[in-house]
Parts: sequence; C-alpha cells; structure tokens
Amino acid sequence: MSAAVTCRNLEKQYTKGKEVVPVLTGINLEIEEGDFVALMGPSGSGKTTLLNLIGGLDHPTGGEIEVGGVDLNDMNGRELAKWRSEHVGFIFQFYNLLPVLNAQRNVELPLLLTKLSRKQRAKNAGTALEIVGLADRAKHKPSELSGGQQQRVAIARALVADPSLLVCDEPTGDLDRETADEILGLLQTLNQEYGKTIIMVTHDPLAAERARHVLHMDKGKLVTDAGVEV
Amino acid sequence: MSLFSLMWANLFRKRTRTTLTLLSVMVAFLLFMLLQSIADAFAVGPQIAGNDRIVVGAKYSQIDNLPYSQKQQIMAVEGVEAITHTTWFGGMYQDGKSFFAQFPVMPLEYFEVYSELMLEPADALQRFARERGSAVIDIGLVDRFGWQVGDVVPLISQIYSKKEDGSRTFEFEIVGTYSDNGRSSSFPVMLFHYERFRESVAFGGDSVSQWTVRVSEPDRADEIAQEIDALFENSSDPTRTTTEDESNREFARQLGDMGFITTMIMSAVFFTIVLLTGNTMTQALRERIPELAVLKTLGFTDMTVSLLVLGEAVLLCLVGGAIGVGMAFLLGPGLSVSLEEVLGSFEIAPQAALTGVGLSLVIGLVIGALPAITAKRLAIVDALRRQ
Repeated sequence: MSAAVTCRNLEKQYTKGKEVVPVLTGINLEIEEGDFVALMGPSGSGKTTLLNLIGGLDHPTGGEIEVGGVDLNDMNGRELAKWRSEHVGFIFQFYNLLPVLNAQRNVELPLLLTKLSRKQRAKNAGTALEIVGLADRAKHKPSELSGGQQQRVAIARALVADPSLLVCDEPTGDLDRETADEILGLLQTLNQEYGKTIIMVTHDPLAAERARHVLHMDKGKLVTDAGVEV
Repeated sequence: MSLFSLMWANLFRKRTRTTLTLLSVMVAFLLFMLLQSIADAFAVGPQIAGNDRIVVGAKYSQIDNLPYSQKQQIMAVEGVEAITHTTWFGGMYQDGKSFFAQFPVMPLEYFEVYSELMLEPADALQRFARERGSAVIDIGLVDRFGWQVGDVVPLISQIYSKKEDGSRTFEFEIVGTYSDNGRSSSFPVMLFHYERFRESVAFGGDSVSQWTVRVSEPDRADEIAQEIDALFENSSDPTRTTTEDESNREFARQLGDMGFITTMIMSAVFFTIVLLTGNTMTQALRERIPELAVLKTLGFTDMTVSLLVLGEAVLLCLVGGAIGVGMAFLLGPGLSVSLEEVLGSFEIAPQAALTGVGLSLVIGLVIGALPAITAKRLAIVDALRRQ
C-alpha cells in the first residue's frame, strides 16, 4: 500500500514578537492509504498544528510534507485551496456549520467550487446526507439540530467532494458518550467501507481505540506510548 | 445553491440589523433622487419659445423694482396681447409667523392675463375692480386661516408705510376667492387693488416688481422677450425677460445656490450612510471570522472569500438604493403637483435613477473594501482559533 501522508523532518515555529516558539520539531511520519490514525497527546503538544500542516491549512517552517504523493511545500495559497477542495475533508470539534444555511446547503458548499450542475450538486449533497443518516433533516438549519446531528452534517460536508483524506480535530470533543460512539462508528464505516484515510486528533482514549493506529505527541515530537521520542 | 444565494443568506443573518440598514440606505437614495430632481429643475435654462406668458423683471436682482412707466412701452411691442404686474408688498399677518405673499394688482388686467383662474362668488371680480380697499385670496388661504368673504384682514408691511400717518398697517376686505379649477396654488397669494396701493404708500407707489405679459404667438415668445429687453437695455432700469417657470426658480434661488445646497445635503447623507453601513459590515465580518476560515478550509480561495464579502456590501447598497429609487418614482407624481408651480417642470429623471444605481454600486464598493481586504488576509489557522 502506498503512503497517504509522508512527513520528513517536519518543523513548525511561530514568532511572538522577537521570540521564536518551536511547535513541531523533526517530525518523521508515514501514514498509509486507508489507515485510520488517532493522534493523542497533552494540550500544546502540537497535534492540531501537525493536522493543519497535513490538511494544507498552514505551511511548515522546515522539512517536507507529501500528501497523496503531492509535495505541499511548494504550493501557494491558491494551489493549496484547490488541492484541499479536491483531496481533503475537514471535521471540527465545534462542527463549524454556517448557521444561515440548512443542512443540505451546508453539505453543498464544497461543491460550489466544482463544475457540477446545480441539480447534480443537490443530488450529491443528498447522497452524502443519506450516508450519515440525515436525509430527513436536509431542510433543517444547524440551530434546529442536536450536536450529534450537526456533526453528522459536518461529516457529510467533508465527504461530499469524495476526498481520499479526512482530517478530524477532536470530532467527539463536544459530544456526550453515546453520541460520540455513534460518530466514531460512522468514521469507522467511512474508513472500512469507503476506504477513506482518516487522521483524528483526540484526547479521548476510548475514541483512539476505534482507530487502527495511535500516535502520541509531546512537546512537538512524536513519542512512543512510554513517552520516548521516535 | 449558488454563490449569490450564499451572499444573500449571509446578508440576512441578522434580519433586524440588515432591515434597518436597508431602510437607511433606501431613505438616503430616496432623498438623493428627490434632491437631484430638484437640482436638475433648477439647472434647467429658460425655454421661452412656446410659452404664452413671459415675465419681465429687473435685470440684476428680483429685489429691484421697475418703473410703472414701462407699461406703455411693453404694450407697444408687436405680439404683446395683454399685460399685468405684481409688486412685492411684504405684509405680515398677526405675529408674522404665518407668512404668505401679497401683491397689489390691477384686477381686470391680472385676471385677463391669468385667465385660467376662477373667482367666486360670481360678482367677485366686479367688486374687486370697483372697491379699492378690497382683496381676493387663493383658496389655500381660506383653508389656512379660515377667512370668509366679508372678513377684514389687517397686514403690517415690512416695506411700505402709509403716506398719511406713516403707519405700516393696511386693512383689506376680502371680496372673493380664486382657484385654478378648484385647486389651490402651492404658493397662495392675496391680491389687492393696485390703485389703493399707489394712493396710500409713502414711496414706491409708481413701481412694480415684475410685469407678466401674454403674447399672441407663443412661437415668437423668445423674439418678443428680446425686443422687450432691448427697449430698456440702456435705461436706468434694464430688464430680463424670461418664462414664468424660470422666474419662479429665480425666486427660489434667492434662498441660496440650490445646486450647492443639495450637494452639501447629499454629501452629508452619504457620508453618514458610508459610516453607518460600513460599521454594520465590519461588525458582521467580525462575527463571522471563523465561518470565513471554514470557507477557506473547504477550498474557497482568499480572492473568492474576499469577493463574497465585497458582494454582500454591494448587494446591500444596490438593493437599498434600488428600493429608494423605485420609491422616488412612486412618490414623484404626487410631489410634482406641488413642486411644479415653484420649479416649473419637476420629474424624477431616468438619468437620476441611473446615477443613483451607479452611486449605490460605488458606495457598496467603498463600504465593502475594508472588510473584503480583511477577509482576504485572514489566515485560516488564526481565524479558526477565534471561535
């Protein structure tokens, strides 16, 4: 199986005034296509920063990053935006749906960037809502949906353009246990039945158990379960 | 769904705020259309040809009077059919707050030239011509003051005093009312007998403010006007002959430079609108920063997000502007009835509508520019942290 994500000596620093704050240092990582990886670690360990780099939301300060065989280092903002729209689906802790749009239209959003007809866009959005089990809630606005339902809509939005990679930043962090289990089950289905590569940041060990592999981070480095740098 | 419907949906995220902003933009453009049309009416030059009545006034200022002796010379000009005159009396009724104009006129001459005016009761004109202490009033003054035929109205002139005792109080008995086919003038006037005026005032009794001339051939009105002005060109009282409409506009111009006044008012209104709507758009942007970051995350480019924000501002101004322009066309006919007597022709010009729409587009671009730049520069990672 080929690598979905490859990081070589990946580094990220932020500058606060004159102070340089290293967030990621020397990350070497390979995630295979079709894998489901949970990324765990204490707050401030660099999990979300790594996820942002893999999702093409930010540029690394050093090192190399390839996703789906594409080198992200040399891409400018416009190229990254196009690449994201075609290859990556994003799921956030707080769902990040647009409150002014109903579920169907929220799911349809990424398709506005494609050349699909209006009818085809609506059809695809409907299919994505069916996959997450919310076809009957298509006309409801986010404020009319429960947290679990909103997260399902967000997953449908992440799926609708059929990306190969799903990046999830604490997707169950705002949900109760039962609903969290439903969402994790849905992610497992997407991984196992639809072959999506999933990288999920989580603090929840029970959520991490649903993944095929678990990676640990601490102070900007990948570490073993015992906390030893890898 | 389309990008347009996304913009539209975002615009009405806070319905009350957007509705109030739309209303303020609408009112601004309604005001713009009305003031622009008034300014256009003032900017119109006199079209003398085609008018059967022309007005002869002092060349340099409407405050200057003309000598009564000009009457015979004007009458002698070929094509002049009838002539009458008016003089600004400047009378105040009661405490002076209830202002209306009064003109001493020669009754028969005046109602011959203004033949469309109808007098009531039937013997009003005869009494007005016969009784020197009499007056007739526009029916608008009847509605305003409740006067009736037989009432005696005292006026205190700000200009003239009585020859006999220096008093400024003049009394007039109302002997009739007049109207244009039952309609009151927007500038209602009391007319009283010129002979009474001439006999009683201490000075200025042999002068008039302007002559109104009826011509037999309206197509020659321009030529006749030039001939009249040529008569007095080298006299001590040169004249300027123009149309009634232009004369009315000149009267209104004495209030000030109408073009300048309307421009100043509109500048203040639009400046306020830019600040108000700009503030609304900036506030709306601040509330949506994480949402804009989500759009960028989904693959919308910086430029697309920027154009969406700019589009919302333009849409807001265009919709508000279009409603305002539309309202002006709806209200225009009603307003023109009362404004035409002062301005001559008053109409909401289609060209003003185009200017209005163009202006709303420009204001939308100005208002949206800063939020659009902010949206363009938004870094996804930083913006997502703000929720």
